Amino acid sequence: MAELVETVPRTVDPRLAGVKRIAIVPAFNEQETIVRVIDEIRGFDPELEIVVVDDGSRDRTAVVAEQHGAHVVRLPFNLGIGGAVQTGFRYAFDEGFRLAVRLDGDGQHDASQLGRLLEPVLAGEADIAVGSRFLDVGATDWSGYRSSRPRRLGITILAYTVSLLVGRRVTDPTSGFQALNRHAIGLFAADYPHDIPEVEAVLLLHKHRLRMVEVPVLMRERGGGRSSIGAVFAVYYMVKVLLALFVGLFRKNVTPLEDTK
Amino acid sequence: MTPLVVSIVAAVASVVLLVVVLELIRSRRLRERYALLWLATGVVLLVLSAWRSGLNTIAGWVGVTGYPPAVLFAVATLFILLVLLDYSTVISKLSDQNTVLAQRLALLEQQLRERR
Repeated sequence: MAELVETVPRTVDPRLAGVKRIAIVPAFNEQETIVRVIDEIRGFDPELEIVVVDDGSRDRTAVVAEQHGAHVVRLPFNLGIGGAVQTGFRYAFDEGFRLAVRLDGDGQHDASQLGRLLEPVLAGEADIAVGSRFLDVGATDWSGYRSSRPRRLGITILAYTVSLLVGRRVTDPTSGFQALNRHAIGLFAADYPHDIPEVEAVLLLHKHRLRMVEVPVLMRERGGGRSSIGAVFAVYYMVKVLLALFVGLFRKNVTPLEDTK
Repeated sequence: MTPLVVSIVAAVASVVLLVVVLELIRSRRLRERYALLWLATGVVLLVLSAWRSGLNTIAGWVGVTGYPPAVLFAVATLFILLVLLDYSTVISKLSDQNTVLAQRLALLEQQLRERR
């Protein structure tokens, strides 16, 4: 049976052939889960290169990831998820990648769903596709992890505010499970919000007229380590993000990185 | 009771503070993280200067019977202390990170020189 499974050819989307593509994996103290994340990404697409951005971990995350053949960028100290992920986007842009996916190093994003995420980007319908836990697909067996109750309330408030600002329904503005084309990589390499960036990034995409779509995905509970958001910080973060959203409306756009041709 | 002119001047000053802080964030010269305390300062001072009977009541609580606007000064001073304390912790963190950066850079340069 095991042999049978192994002889089944891997079904990598033919549109991916020859496209330079990379998985960006931010990780902070994720030595317990990072290997599984890397293996799962390879299981989805063995030719997807992987860059782990180690955000100043105090454990063996970087060493373990390097031993498993990932590119590892080690930040000298903790920058927070925004700074870490942007490092990944800069790497992807500088190294000429046409396509990037982003998954968290804690294992909550399931690499087997990357195909679903890549679909609208490969079809040229979107510059960035974001995996949403809350999009209804009408299936009864659809029961992925949807975060704890208080956190979900926070996400709902943010989703409502962002939807209002961009004039379009956004259900999961804090999701970091994403697929991006080179336009989106170039934008985020040039300008990316600080701290917890995803919510503000939705507004940023809107202001730069990049096309974002949400795709329903299942997420898991984090595999190990601790969430970067505690209770007090969550309240502070809500206030900060709401402020950033409203001020962000009136900000001048930064010029995205572009290929010189 | 607080003289009306004092209330008006204090309210205008608070609004100016709020506008300046918001403009600094907008033009990316001030990060939201460091603006929050300033905004809180502006909002609290604005409320205290506009809500005149409230300021009187609070002055009564803390035993300021002669001149209620003194409470405005006290609150403003308190917030400035908070901002300064916050900045001290920020500067400490920055110096630590600066040390790390200098060390990493020096080590990298040393490696580069030896490879040449």
